[in-house]
Amino acid sequence: MLNVGKIEEGFVLDHIAAGKSLSIYEHLQLDKLDCTVAIIKNARSNKKGKKDILKVECDINTLDLDVLAYIDHNITVNVIKSGEIVEKKDLVLPKQIKNVIRCHNPRCITSIEQELPHIFYLADAEKEVYRCKYCEEKYTEGSK
Amino acid sequence: MRHLMSPLDFTTEELERLFDLANDIEQNPRKYDHACDGKILATCFYEPSTRTRLSFESAMTRLGGRIIGFSDAASSSASKGESVSDTIRIISCYSDICAMRHPKEGAPMVAAEKSGIPVINAGDGGHQHPTQTLTDLLTIRSMKGKLDNFTIGLCGDLKFGRTVHSLINALVRYQNIRFIFISPEELKVPDYITDMLREKNIPYEEVIRLEDVMPHLDILYMTRVQKERFFNEEDYVRLKDFYILDTVKMALAKKDMLVLHPLPRVNEISVEVDKDPRAAYFKQAKYGVYVRMALILTLLESAQ
Repeated sequence: MLNVGKIEEGFVLDHIAAGKSLSIYEHLQLDKLDCTVAIIKNARSNKKGKKDILKVECDINTLDLDVLAYIDHNITVNVIKSGEIVEKKDLVLPKQIKNVIRCHNPRCITSIEQELPHIFYLADAEKEVYRCKYCEEKYTEGSK
Repeated sequence: MRHLMSPLDFTTEELERLFDLANDIEQNPRKYDHACDGKILATCFYEPSTRTRLSFESAMTRLGGRIIGFSDAASSSASKGESVSDTIRIISCYSDICAMRHPKEGAPMVAAEKSGIPVINAGDGGHQHPTQTLTDLLTIRSMKGKLDNFTIGLCGDLKFGRTVHSLINALVRYQNIRFIFISPEELKVPDYITDMLREKNIPYEEVIRLEDVMPHLDILYMTRVQKERFFNEEDYVRLKDFYILDTVKMALAKKDMLVLHPLPRVNEISVEVDKDPRAAYFKQAKYGVYVRMALILTLLESAQ
């Protein structure tokens, strides 16, 4: 079995759905950070059988929890200091997300207006439905 | 400073005040002849619309104000590639209030975010047309004396008609409204509307034949059924007469039922119905001017 060492300071994203870690890496823009990042794919999980894990050695404040919560609010965020877990953060679906997903409605003003941010609001928390702030079109899975 | 993007932007209490003002304008038009002296309304219409634009222009003129604007995108700076955000910044320097129609959904909201003056959504694609809904509500309130306790039939194209969706969303805020949706299978009201009605425990039924429900209606809201919406010619021929309102169907209705229509009417209401005192669609156009006058006054006041 592959062993990845402990980190001293940073965060560990655990219980990521298997295969989703790269998408999270991109959304969190971890490629722009000048720090150690470990991407662990298909690790054994008692709960799920398989899971992904991300270990990032950097300041926890650099993490956009809203983006993470939007992608998967079941992910466990462990904050690490001096090599130990000091906090587990709960993720809740964000009320609004900006420039994380794009509106695909060709009739929406976002399709032509220059530099207009793509803003979605949480329309139904139970069904996890997000709608475009401008045209109110429901976002459907596909480019998440 | 307030804008109007959706009919739900105003609470029912705020709507009551708006409609009271509109009724006062109707009763005492002279009192408002100079209410907007020195004020300018910009009508920014990126797509043609005769009735809505003229209704806004009539409203501002009757208030003593002036109008500037354009009536299609080709005669605006949009044809040179200017963004909505930039256009409204400029328009804000030239005028005191703006009514905007745009083919792209959400364009008036983008304008409102950057604007220094109140912006009224005068229709954005298939999304919202709030002043039509305000017109419908004012017509019902003025002619029925109330906005609660009635059965409303919505007939025709209930799938694509934004005026219908908007009116339903506005009416669910009032007590004891019962909806009857009359449409062919192909043009039924979308699921998200019926889901919402079920969640709120608001009674509704869906039927195909208008004749079957005429005696139960307090209000009949007609819309146009377009031939191109049908999958085949046979269905269109079979069903089209169900959705044409004529004197025979009107004979089945209550004596005080109101017939509304957002207009333009093509052939879904026979012209012989126009003489019937229950036909309220031309009065509705008049209420459209009163409600826009009240709206202009209310929003200008919010900007002071």
